[in-house]
Amino acid sequence: MGCADKLRTQQELERLQAKYIGTGHPDTTSWEWKTNINRDTYSSIVGHPPLLSYIALASNEPVTKVRAEMIRKMIQPAGPPPAREEDTIMGGQQS
Amino acid sequence: MATTSNMFLYSLTIQPPTTISQALLGQFSGTKEQQIITASGSRLTLLQPDPRQGKVNTILSQDVFGIIRAIASFRLAGSHKDYIILATDSGRIAIIEYLPKTNRFNRIHLETFGKSGVRRVVPGQYLAADPKGRACLIASLEKNKLVYVLNRNAQAELTISSPLEAHKPGVLVLSLVALDVGYANPVFAALELDYTEADQDPTGQAGQEPEAQLVYYELDLGLNHVVRKWSDAVDPTSSLLFQVPGGSDGPSGVLVCGEENITYRHSNQEAFRVPIPRRRGPTEDPQRKRTIVSGVMHKLKGSAGAFFFLLQTEDGDLFKVTLDMVEDDNGNPTGEVKRLKIKYFDTIPIATSLCILKSGFLFVASEFGNHSLYQFEKLGDDDEELEFSSEEFPTDSRAAYNPVYFQPRPLENLTLVESIDSMNPQIDCKVANLTGEDAPQIYSVCGNGARSSFRMLKHGLEVSEIVASELPGTPAAVWTTKLTKYDEYDAYIVLSFTNATLVLSIGETVEEVSDSGFLTTVPTLAVQQLGEEGLIQVHPKGIRHIVQGRVNEWPAPQHRSIVAAATNENQVVIALSSGEIVYFEMDADGSLAEYDEKKEMSGTVTSLSLGRVPEGLRRSSFLAVGCDDCTVRILSLDPESTLEMKSIQALTAAPASLSIMSMEDSFGGTTLYLHIGLHSGVYLRTVLDEVTGELTDTRQKFLGPKPTKLFQVSVQGRPCVLALNSRPWLGYTDPITKGFVMTPLSYVDLEYGWNFSSEQCLEGMVGIHANFLRIFTIEKLGDNMIQKSIPLTYTPKRLVKHPEQPYFYTIEADNNTLPPELRAQLLAQSNTNGDAAILPPEEFGYPKARNRWASCISIVDPVSDEPSVLNRVDLDNNEAAVSAAVVSFASQDGESFLIVGTGKDMILSPRQFSEGYIHVYRFHDDGRDLEFIHKTKIEEPPMALIPFQGRLLAGIGKTLRIYDLGLKQLLRKAQAEIAPQLIVSLQTQGNRIVVGDVQQGITYAVYKPEGNKLLAWADDTINRWTTCTAMVDYESVAGGDKFGNVWILRAPERASQESDEPGSEIQLVHAKSYLHGAPNRTALMAHFYTQDLPTSITKTNLVVGGQDVLLWSGIQGTVGVLIPFVSREDVDFFQSLESHMRAEDPPLAGRDHLIYRGYYVPVKGVIDGDLCERFALLANDKKQMIAGELDRSVREIERKISDIRTRSAF
Repeated sequence: MGCADKLRTQQELERLQAKYIGTGHPDTTSWEWKTNINRDTYSSIVGHPPLLSYIALASNEPVTKVRAEMIRKMIQPAGPPPAREEDTIMGGQQS
Repeated sequence: MATTSNMFLYSLTIQPPTTISQALLGQFSGTKEQQIITASGSRLTLLQPDPRQGKVNTILSQDVFGIIRAIASFRLAGSHKDYIILATDSGRIAIIEYLPKTNRFNRIHLETFGKSGVRRVVPGQYLAADPKGRACLIASLEKNKLVYVLNRNAQAELTISSPLEAHKPGVLVLSLVALDVGYANPVFAALELDYTEADQDPTGQAGQEPEAQLVYYELDLGLNHVVRKWSDAVDPTSSLLFQVPGGSDGPSGVLVCGEENITYRHSNQEAFRVPIPRRRGPTEDPQRKRTIVSGVMHKLKGSAGAFFFLLQTEDGDLFKVTLDMVEDDNGNPTGEVKRLKIKYFDTIPIATSLCILKSGFLFVASEFGNHSLYQFEKLGDDDEELEFSSEEFPTDSRAAYNPVYFQPRPLENLTLVESIDSMNPQIDCKVANLTGEDAPQIYSVCGNGARSSFRMLKHGLEVSEIVASELPGTPAAVWTTKLTKYDEYDAYIVLSFTNATLVLSIGETVEEVSDSGFLTTVPTLAVQQLGEEGLIQVHPKGIRHIVQGRVNEWPAPQHRSIVAAATNENQVVIALSSGEIVYFEMDADGSLAEYDEKKEMSGTVTSLSLGRVPEGLRRSSFLAVGCDDCTVRILSLDPESTLEMKSIQALTAAPASLSIMSMEDSFGGTTLYLHIGLHSGVYLRTVLDEVTGELTDTRQKFLGPKPTKLFQVSVQGRPCVLALNSRPWLGYTDPITKGFVMTPLSYVDLEYGWNFSSEQCLEGMVGIHANFLRIFTIEKLGDNMIQKSIPLTYTPKRLVKHPEQPYFYTIEADNNTLPPELRAQLLAQSNTNGDAAILPPEEFGYPKARNRWASCISIVDPVSDEPSVLNRVDLDNNEAAVSAAVVSFASQDGESFLIVGTGKDMILSPRQFSEGYIHVYRFHDDGRDLEFIHKTKIEEPPMALIPFQGRLLAGIGKTLRIYDLGLKQLLRKAQAEIAPQLIVSLQTQGNRIVVGDVQQGITYAVYKPEGNKLLAWADDTINRWTTCTAMVDYESVAGGDKFGNVWILRAPERASQESDEPGSEIQLVHAKSYLHGAPNRTALMAHFYTQDLPTSITKTNLVVGGQDVLLWSGIQGTVGVLIPFVSREDVDFFQSLESHMRAEDPPLAGRDHLIYRGYYVPVKGVIDGDLCERFALLANDKKQMIAGELDRSVREIERKISDIRTRSAF
């Protein structure tokens, strides 16, 4: 594979990552993956009315409130990101 | 290959979802009339409110085979018609119009913008249309927003532009509305949360305190692009936006609703903020803050700037919010806001959408439970309710303020006009025949909180009785008749007894008529108004023709009597005991002329039918003759070929009754049908060719054990056939689908029936039941399920039936609700202070209390004259019931006990609890009462309980355990860890146990009595978030999951046999685990996405003599069935029909049908009957085309579609 090809692949990947949030890359960390999966899950619950009703019914809260709660949970679903220094020390081992 | 499964099922919806996720008001027909469009599950429904009757009627309902996520309506400038925009999971935006002429939805535009499915970044979650109809914005939950410009071309057709992007990464949208800006550039307001900072901050500070932004997106119509025009921080708890009128009507801007505050915001105005008042009351927590969950803005007609909001909190309290504007020197509003005001309006059930109609009604689409229609009595303008103004409160969300309170009270401004039945949410469902009728009924528990209900669902039409009067004897037949052709109403009721005839007049009072001219000493065979002013009475000895008091008698030939007769306005036909048929026709001078030749039939004639004279003609050209040699013959009545035989049809039994009538058909015209009722109780419907008299396309249905009698009646101006058997049935053309349906009437069994029309009752029926004369009407065709509802106390969780008696036991529990003992305690405390009365919880809900549970067991008696809850057992100590079963213990001589599993101090997410219990109750008084025996403490709340070989089998967390009943508590007998996560459902047959796990699907286990061991031997290949299961046969299990799938799994045959072999215990114990699971894997037999979330599934039969079907109930109120195919031929036929339907009738919102039904797992072994049934709605040329491709006639296809439904379901 030539250098230009590599670059093109790289650019293509970056384009995909920008367009489709959550597209992975070789250095995806455990936290990134978890955060992304959790956000997908919450958005799916919000998008499927029966599922939202199911949760609302169990928790005895109005659907509108549960929906807003789910969206708020998407901000930081898997806790805060790991510190930068830690990243360099732990490498990819954490995942 | 996936398509060649050896099990095939036909999926049908027998009750569509009754939830409403969104409702919109508009003039969709293009007339001044206001209509309501609702989105319920995958269905789009058009409702027509009728202000005079205070009712809401369904005009059209269509399954779009996609998840409807949002709908919006818009109107192009200068137009009178509202269009509908659909945001679904198709990745496309669809613009729909309603065509009132054909009563169809028509798709005008379909633009693709992204991938299909419900995804985080594919637009579809939010939709807003500019109030002036110039643009719409469709947004995803995260990042993407697309703006489409709507316009019209030279031909005045609607055009749609290519999308303009307004994306911003890392941004979540909570709410989106279009701003009312008059004719300035369209602006959309979004409530956004930005997570980019939280993603970068390892301290977690930014994630803890996210900032909510109100952002304006402006569409520059000149430059054709979208800009992020303005943004400002708002209260971080905000979650909902409402549009404030702009242009000449108001100041524009939005109301931002957050926790305990409503703030007015706009880019060029100051912020104004009012708190949401809290409820005052002895049981209310004075610290609890409310949020707005829904609302509506309404502009009053006539005056500019006159508008108000009705905003609803989570308690259901409606608040009226108004804006005051600064006035100029002339006292006209300037467009500058002065203050925001709020006051309590009324309390209604929590709504998803509120629609205020111009006619002064409020349509409430409830989130759970029945929808309702209210009428405005007043607008709360001059009442004594305390009003709070923004002037007294800080605009900063962090600043301190004093909370305000109000006193909830019964309705003052609204009155309830109609409550529209809704089974949403449906939590559990059982099928049983408790009323002793032919067909079983469906019993289900629905609703939430104090508005919960137990419902009995029965197939049938609602009948309203007008009169039931006792008669001196038991008549055999009844007729009504007019006196002249020109009469509007019937004048006589004629009753025939075994040896007499009674004539009654219809009027203010019903009296006997002595001067009718009728022979009253003989029974009557037929009565008819003939010609202009004649009356005919056919009796066994002759025909009596009465014209203006003069009587002409035609005597029957000697030694013969008349056995059957058929009449219409111009013709009379009689059959003699000798088998001869005599035909009469009315002359020009009004006398009855006998046709010379008589036709002799081979057997005794049992029935005759003429059919009505078609409009504009002199005679009906066919006579149907039924003979006891099991045939029906069609004779011609044309002058050239009178009484010549046209066709003959052999039957399975002698015909008891015949009726020729023309009815509406699915081709848009009318067809002449011959209806045949047989002595065996079978009902047949045959098409009678209007030219040749051929009989084709016979459909049949078994109605009951008695001979079927048929009568032509009229309901809502449509000719219908009333079929009487062990219960009355009505055959009619469905007003929406135009298909022919046969539905039982919810009424007493009748011996005879006839049309009835009088001034008081325009379109009724008269019938004989024993010695009673009954007059009744049928008001609504189309809705063929009758519901009866019994209120329950809390949200039901499970439903179990007494093994012998017709009683049901429901377990009910409400989270975050003050239990009755604490309520009483608080009330007792406050009563010393002399506080106000308790409000009914059905309307005001139960008082809330964090992490408290209110729970009870109810004994429901659904079949007595007054269905009710007989008794209630309240649970205390913050325990809540989670599971229930009726178990007969072998150790107690087979006595049955009610077993209820409970959890103490439960917190749902993440799952927590302090203890679990199993309660045992003894039945008393044949199950009408319960006695608490004891409770056993266990480690976890048991989520599944079933009887198992005279003992109790409980799923406790991952553990499966067998209990026997002891004196002080339950005794452990055997246990094993079977499921990977949490057992939620159990089924058993013999020694086999099918375990459903909350996440990891199905595990097959076996109980080995020799070693007293429970062993798992097969499990699932993929994760299934099981909600319900039912065993289909010994090897197979059907189930539903949380994502809306229904599936059938089968255990491998060999492993199944081995598991039951005596002595295989050692093998099973030492079997090698396969890929970290049980030694064997189940195979998937069928898989189908239903959209609704299945909450229960059972194997049952629904019609007399029908085969077993799988019936599932969905949380949104859906009831569906899966009918197994018997022959491979039918499978092939329906498979190809389905694929043609996919191509010829693609789903309205642009979702691919095959992909939709295979949302999570490719659809397997299931044919979508709902799609196949849309065949009847296709245009004729398309029907012909599909019929040609399938090598069958259109009628044949329609018959097959209706047959498969009527054979096993309603």
